[in-house]
Amino acid sequence: MSISIQESDFDVAAEMAALRHSSAKIGALVSFVGLVRDFSNEGRIENIFLEHYSGMTEKALGKIIGEAAARWNLLGSRVIHRIGPLQPNEQIVLVATAAAHRREAFASCEFIIDYLKTAAPFWKREQTDRGGTWLETRDSDLQRMDHWARGE
Amino acid sequence: MKIQLVYFGRPREQLKISGETAEIPESLTTLAELLAWLRTRGEAWACELADNRVRCAINQEFSGLASRIGDRDEVAIFSPISGG
Repeated sequence: MSISIQESDFDVAAEMAALRHSSAKIGALVSFVGLVRDFSNEGRIENIFLEHYSGMTEKALGKIIGEAAARWNLLGSRVIHRIGPLQPNEQIVLVATAAAHRREAFASCEFIIDYLKTAAPFWKREQTDRGGTWLETRDSDLQRMDHWARGE
Repeated sequence: MKIQLVYFGRPREQLKISGETAEIPESLTTLAELLAWLRTRGEAWACELADNRVRCAINQEFSGLASRIGDRDEVAIFSPISGG
């Protein structure tokens, strides 16, 4: 389990190689990469700005990954979340999971990103041609957490 | 009672404040009461810190408005989170 909050970009291939080499018991690696879109309901996105609550973020992500490890037999994980100004098409977040089999790797990766959306203290401000907006937790993301809480 | 206040997201931007050490009345015992007290600072505070617009954390744990605050606590006030 490794967590980084950083302004700089990340290299998905290098991160996956490092995770792969961490154990020869790994049979499946899954990665999710979240990107900055160039559109929103408010118009064309010029850029976004991400801030976080230093200290609480690391604790919250540690708890999320701990819960994933309690549900599935994880052999490793890597979470990187960027902060600061980002342009459309840039990478925002990486969640990668390693397990013996694909079902555990897929499910745990989806669980971690779903949970992150509703429980990690990040704030995203979108700048469009019509002005700036602070995004808020989406109902659809909260519903995803209900789904996991029901044990589905 | 002395507490550390930190702000994130929309209130941080709109109120132009990222953090402060605040001396608050001993009579304030919950987050809801603290928010009501902060709202008396002016119109912008009253608007930004409406109960339904903000979320809070006490000592870096998400906390509901009925949660109790204590001396030396770190209280964070922010708009709903939006990461990932």
